[in-house]
Amino acid sequence: MPINIIEKIEIKYLQIVNEKGEADSSLMPPLSNDEIKKLFETMILARTFNHRALSLQREGRIGTYASIWGQEASQIGSAYALDKDDWIFPSFRESGVFVEKGYPLWMLYRYWAGDERGMQIPEGFYLFPMSVPVGTHVPHATGAAWAMRLKGHRKVAAAYFGDGGSSKGDFYEGMNFAGVFKAPVIFLCQNNQWAISVPRARQTAAKTIAQKAAACGFEGIQVDGNDIFAVYKATKDAVEKAKNGGGPTLIECFTYRLDDHTTSDDASRYRTEEEVEVWKKKEPLIRLRLFMEKKGLWTKQYEDEVSKKAQETVDKEIQKAEAFAAPDPADIVRYTYGELTPRQKRELKEFGWEK
Amino acid sequence: MGKINIVQAINQALAEEMERDRDVVILGEDVAKDGGVFRVTQGLLDKFGPERVIDTPLSELGIIGAAVGLAAYGIKPVAEIQFMGFIYAGLEQVFSHAARIRSRSRGRYTCPMVVRTPYGIGIKPPELHSESSEALFAQMPGIKVVVPSTPYNAKGLLKSAIRDPDTVIFLEPSRLYRSIKSDVPDGEYTIPLGKAHIHEQGKDITVVAWGTMLHRAADAAEDFDCEIIDLMTLRPYDEETIINSVKKTGRLVIVHEAPRVGGFGAEIAALVAEKAMEYLKAPILRVTAPDAVIPMARLEDHYMPSPESIKKAYRTVMEY
Repeated sequence: MPINIIEKIEIKYLQIVNEKGEADSSLMPPLSNDEIKKLFETMILARTFNHRALSLQREGRIGTYASIWGQEASQIGSAYALDKDDWIFPSFRESGVFVEKGYPLWMLYRYWAGDERGMQIPEGFYLFPMSVPVGTHVPHATGAAWAMRLKGHRKVAAAYFGDGGSSKGDFYEGMNFAGVFKAPVIFLCQNNQWAISVPRARQTAAKTIAQKAAACGFEGIQVDGNDIFAVYKATKDAVEKAKNGGGPTLIECFTYRLDDHTTSDDASRYRTEEEVEVWKKKEPLIRLRLFMEKKGLWTKQYEDEVSKKAQETVDKEIQKAEAFAAPDPADIVRYTYGELTPRQKRELKEFGWEK
Repeated sequence: MGKINIVQAINQALAEEMERDRDVVILGEDVAKDGGVFRVTQGLLDKFGPERVIDTPLSELGIIGAAVGLAAYGIKPVAEIQFMGFIYAGLEQVFSHAARIRSRSRGRYTCPMVVRTPYGIGIKPPELHSESSEALFAQMPGIKVVVPSTPYNAKGLLKSAIRDPDTVIFLEPSRLYRSIKSDVPDGEYTIPLGKAHIHEQGKDITVVAWGTMLHRAADAAEDFDCEIIDLMTLRPYDEETIINSVKKTGRLVIVHEAPRVGGFGAEIAALVAEKAMEYLKAPILRVTAPDAVIPMARLEDHYMPSPESIKKAYRTVMEY
């Protein structure tokens, strides 16, 4: 008997704008000049937010923070492809996604300062509070997407996680359910090469993370995560497919975490400065800037104005965050259940938190 | 009125709630075509279709994790975990997500779902099919833990659990599934969560038990005047009913089939020591399993608190 090949898996890699800022116009998604400028401005705002968060941490004004430097294109390009009423399940390194969605920045600063009210997501936003346990929120996106299908809503859910998260059972089980139930969900893996000190090669022996979708019966694609157009196009295509009943997609954004894992980490203990320098040259803002310059959309003066405006915005948001009244200790108890239990009512008195 | 068993009572509760609320769905392993390994969901696939009675992949984490997302979006999932010993794969989803999403989002998102699972010893199954780790769940704020003991309360409690705004872990005593029958009214009724039931009134000993052990504790009480409290909800539990009863009887025996150390009996004993010490005429006693892993079928009868050991505890507190 001949041995037959019964399945073949091919993984596509998508890049639209290369490191020199040159675009493949046949792949370029239809974005107006205003939209491109908006993406650029959002990246500057996210980077400014991020930079200030790092300073605030050093000054003791917020707690541990996870920097997004280097991953702005992966986050903003994908978030831009999601509609306002699509549901987003972020990890803890997703400031760019929040910024793109217009989330109140002062609330993000509150959260990182240790205040749960920062994740009291306002009406009109469909972000879930960021997941601290790695990868465990992947099945939630599947569940929400499945619920959308059951209710006949034409929407998608998206889960954001990293290469570390892809090693979790939650990642596989969440994706497997999505495949079986054709849930309209996008799995956005930012492969930033490092899970704290452990390199991508230690997360999986597979060549790509994208190929893991094949085991769940749907498409996985790797995109240049520092090319905002590739990320946007892959996400947009996945959203359209999902909304048309085509089920889930896994998108691996191949990118790099330029900063330490968090403000509590020291990456020099486990990776070389040379490696980081190579990636600094490939970071996504440089690429978008080069592309826009070629199109006549960028000047130094334009960027200076955008940066100044971003600084002003962030300053105001920090002021607002820091002027916000301290949280009420009764909140510790108040949100445990739909109603206070008899014990909790007594404990509010016992702890002196009842007003 | 008609006499039915717990399997039938739970099946009725599920069917009625699915009729009442279109958002209620059942998901789990073998729950649809097969009607569940205990046949608890039998017939529901035919009645409500495959979009609402859903056979899932064999994936406890996936079942509970997806249910968190379903619930947050507005579906009311009733997830079945085939045996309590298999729920551990989904614990992080229960503890780190279902239990906390209301608090983490300061009320914006909630997780109203039910996780049903058979618990306890007494049906001589393979390993890890007999767990009784209710105390593990009862320690975790943000979830509720319910253990029915009769067809009547199984139905009324499950209906309340499905309507509850928070995650409810619903532990079904597998030993009792078909071994007891009781009258269940035809009409609509619910039993509130968080309230205990005085199963038998008495004057001399307050006995607190739940699930399978409720019946064992009651049977052993023949020669004693026991007030037997069926706790029914372990989180949040009815402290008042226990304290009032102990104030009357002056004696407390707690019976559970989990090991003693860190078992839920410890919480009840501590409560009574704090709130009703001066009423006690005898030490508080706990009758429990030994501090050991649950054995397989050949030894399970030795593991479970015996009628003799329960009677001995009753005698001890009376003679103290």
